[in-house]
Amino acid sequence: MDNLSVDHLTGIKNLTENDIQLIFKTADAFKEVINRPIKKVPSLRDITIANLFFENSTRTRLSFELAEKRLSADTVNFSAASSSVKKGETLIDTVNNILSMKVDMVVMRHPNPGAAKFLSERVDARVINAGDGTHEHPTQALLDSYSIRERLGDVAGKKVVIVGDILHSRVALSNIYCLQKLGAEVMVCGPTTLIPKYIGDLGVKVEHNLQKALEWCDVANMLRIQLERQDIKYFPSLREYSMQYGLTKEILDNLSKKIVVMHPGPINRGVEITSDVADSDQAIILDQVENGVAVRMAVIYLLASKIKRQ
Amino acid sequence: MERQVILNAKHVELTVNRLCYQLIETHNDFSNSVLIGLQPRGVNVLTRLKERLETILGHEVVCGNLDITFYRDDFRRREIPLIPSATNIDFVIENKDVVLIDDVLYTGRSIRSGLDALLAFGRPQKVELLTLIDRRFQRDLPIQADYVGKTVDSLTSERVSVEWKELEGEDKVVLFTPDTNG
Repeated sequence: MDNLSVDHLTGIKNLTENDIQLIFKTADAFKEVINRPIKKVPSLRDITIANLFFENSTRTRLSFELAEKRLSADTVNFSAASSSVKKGETLIDTVNNILSMKVDMVVMRHPNPGAAKFLSERVDARVINAGDGTHEHPTQALLDSYSIRERLGDVAGKKVVIVGDILHSRVALSNIYCLQKLGAEVMVCGPTTLIPKYIGDLGVKVEHNLQKALEWCDVANMLRIQLERQDIKYFPSLREYSMQYGLTKEILDNLSKKIVVMHPGPINRGVEITSDVADSDQAIILDQVENGVAVRMAVIYLLASKIKRQ
Repeated sequence: MERQVILNAKHVELTVNRLCYQLIETHNDFSNSVLIGLQPRGVNVLTRLKERLETILGHEVVCGNLDITFYRDDFRRREIPLIPSATNIDFVIENKDVVLIDDVLYTGRSIRSGLDALLAFGRPQKVELLTLIDRRFQRDLPIQADYVGKTVDSLTSERVSVEWKELEGEDKVVLFTPDTNG
């Protein structure tokens, strides 16, 4: 486990278990770095990274930007709302124009599944997928598994349930790949309409009863209902969803064991998770955010080390 | 490959002992001094020094380990990325007298990175360098050690390896010289 087996991070599907362990080991060192008085290392001072966000993001964009800055990389930011994309420019043209300004790495979020892979095959820069439509969100899955490893010591052998809108969730798919590669058992839980029909083919268990799912698991990852991606109604009302699949303190306290609660954010308090659960000591939501910076630093560092200096 | 033992177990013990007394001459009771070993191999030298120093002084000496991976100047010039080791500095180095510790001083590049890495933890009063082996005449940078276990004259083609009982089975320092053909 000396080097990543990939040149771009387009999805967890293409990573090996060794890649993930290498990222975690490197992230351990960066986690120590970001808790120092001076939270910055000079490794990437000759690397320029473009953050291309064709879709809204707060947490992921800030996290990437902070990771880049703490590695001393130069960064340029771009968001679709204020760009020439609105004037009809294609993705490749937009990116190639940015690359002409000597950019070494691209972090991209895009509403279309496969956009990151498409880009990685056509431009001369390392590409990191920061979410491509309903496909993958690899760094989120890495930081989720990293946080489980931090809290429970290891991911292997743990039982993780992902609750909510699995159908529209790139976080769910990346998490399934990542957790399985690390040896965890995965279950998805949600209303029938929000569970993809053939998800069982990925080797995950399916459960429609939240109570049963929670009794089974060590970790519950509560996803947000992505109303912005839902073109039709998948359930009668948010209130009804919340009554069936919302995690409350009462449910949590009545379980036979103490489980770990995760959420990739942004939280809709009172919908998928109540405030007292989100703020309880069983929730590691803010640890996830902190670990996000360390994990992203590790990914950027390892990919950048593959760009040979002339 | 020709092997020549420069220091055997007895020599290593004597050398560590001498270095400890040299440190005490400058740092007295170490009340304002800290020892920091450079990862990975400087830490082994530090372990020996700490053990001996604490026996002589009769109290604990503040020690830490520093990883320099992210401060190196050869990032992206290597085939495989450098994987960091742990940094454990759980004390304040502000206004302290710091002794950086490494096993072999060769080009001076690691020490340059070490100085950079150290400054991320604050502004020490003074920084000194201790090395078990000094390969003199091989420096790329203007860096010299304040405390030297043994000075070795060696060629660039040669290699100096410091071995430890806990890792390699025996305390010794070996000089490897490549065979010359004809």
